[in-house]
Amino acid sequence: MRLNQIIQQIKPSGIREFFDIVSTMPDALSLGVGEPDFITPWYIRDAAIKSIQRGYTAYTSNKGLPALCEEIAGYLSRRFGIDYDPKHEILVTMGASEAIDLALRVLIEPGDGVLIPSPSYVSYLPIAMLCGGKPVSVDCTQHADFKITPEALEEAAASNGAKVLIMPYPNNPTGAVMTEPELRNLLPVIQKYDLTIVSDEIYAELTYDGKHVSPASIDGYRERTIVINGFSKAFAMTGWRLGYIAAPEDALAAVLKVHQYTALCAPTPSQYAGLAALKDGRYDGYKAVDDMKEEYDRRRRFIVGELNAMGLECNLPGGAFYAFADVSSTGMDGQRFARRLLADEKVAVVPGDAFGEEGKNHIRVSYATSLRTLMQAAERMNRFVARCARERRAGAEL
Amino acid sequence: MDKLREDILGLLGEDSRLGASRIAKMLGADEKQVAAAIKEMEDSGIIIKYTVITDDELADKDTVEALIEVKVSPMYKHGFDAIAEEIYQFDEVKTLYLMSGAYDLAVIIEGKSLKDVSRFVSEKLSVMDKVLSTATHFILKKYKMGGVCTKSCNVVRQAVHA
Repeated sequence: MRLNQIIQQIKPSGIREFFDIVSTMPDALSLGVGEPDFITPWYIRDAAIKSIQRGYTAYTSNKGLPALCEEIAGYLSRRFGIDYDPKHEILVTMGASEAIDLALRVLIEPGDGVLIPSPSYVSYLPIAMLCGGKPVSVDCTQHADFKITPEALEEAAASNGAKVLIMPYPNNPTGAVMTEPELRNLLPVIQKYDLTIVSDEIYAELTYDGKHVSPASIDGYRERTIVINGFSKAFAMTGWRLGYIAAPEDALAAVLKVHQYTALCAPTPSQYAGLAALKDGRYDGYKAVDDMKEEYDRRRRFIVGELNAMGLECNLPGGAFYAFADVSSTGMDGQRFARRLLADEKVAVVPGDAFGEEGKNHIRVSYATSLRTLMQAAERMNRFVARCARERRAGAEL
Repeated sequence: MDKLREDILGLLGEDSRLGASRIAKMLGADEKQVAAAIKEMEDSGIIIKYTVITDDELADKDTVEALIEVKVSPMYKHGFDAIAEEIYQFDEVKTLYLMSGAYDLAVIIEGKSLKDVSRFVSEKLSVMDKVLSTATHFILKKYKMGGVCTKSCNVVRQAVHA
């Protein structure tokens, strides 16, 4: 098959290969999952079921159900203090994944520099490449809590024809969040290079210390920011494929054009489900979301405590549901550690290099799994680390 | 009861082996405070016992359990308490609830066999003073206990690892 050059250059997801192995081990404890271990609340499932029973099976408007766009606008305003016109500045997409694709497609000209924090989620780089863009890493070190610093941004943006900056906070895999002052501090560099921001805020509801701050809520950002969010993590609706873009009118019109020709509309039952999720949440102040966050918070504190106690240095992440631990104290890099841990103790974590060069000495541990599983996994990891330490002392090659 | 105690009980209910140190870490609370709260709840009787939930089918346990609906005529001035006391004295009685509705007491007993259970009902329970009638139902299969599913219902919902 005569495939194009770019697609041939793009590597398949590094995570996939690893987990193909995991799937052959039925009693492995997987800490690699990137989705909530909660099931979508019943009232949301019920709304979708009812919509199907009533026969709402046709396309919706390209933009999404008007009622849903209204609810999304209200939700963003209430929860994060950002205001968008539901009629002209909101688009319902097939998950935040489609939203990322749309945003990059309308922004990137061939050769444009696309600044991507390293480490971060695996999708940005391949999509940037598919658009003909030039991916440029913004190095985010553990020392800087994996946040973007003005210096790192300046270094990446200088002489790279930088056009777009992707800001994925709270971050997968590091769990880093950017506070308001930290976001403000980046503005001078952003303005200097006239960067357009693609803000992937899918983990916004999972912010533990204080509230999530969307870049778009800060003066100087809104007019140059495409906000991406969705239902997957906040409402445990990963399989429903429901997300949205909030952006200034001209950007929204652009992404709408692509969406009209490619997806047409997000799944109709999912949209009804999303409508119920937001409407109901209004009545009780999104208690279900807050309860879920509280549960995750406990697991976060537990697993980070355990990892540090084992000598795997791990900052306390401010958001998402991942702990990003440095395993170099064991003498192994992330890949080696993950493979040996899986082979020896049947615990699966994701090697950090899957997310960028900055992550090569790290592992990503997901705590979106039951406390029971976390406790068992911690026990096994403890054993593993202790055994490796003994082997090293005995002079063995790891 | 304050939020800290509520949260502690929630976590202990999840896993009674957790201990004050881990609980304190998870709640972002002071360990001494957590330990003191646990001791206080143990002393006051809020925490009655730490136990384990087992899958008896998997463990090949050879016992029989039954839920018995008991109708009683309550005693003047003592209500149901006196009768309840007589019933829960028996070791075979694992659970005893006072219920609203069609019957008064729900009794869950565990015996060595069907015969054993029947004998308990006919020789010890039904003959009691104030017991008007009993209806015995045998527990056939346990899907879920104490908020957790047994092996019989372990559905794999997540297909993708990514």
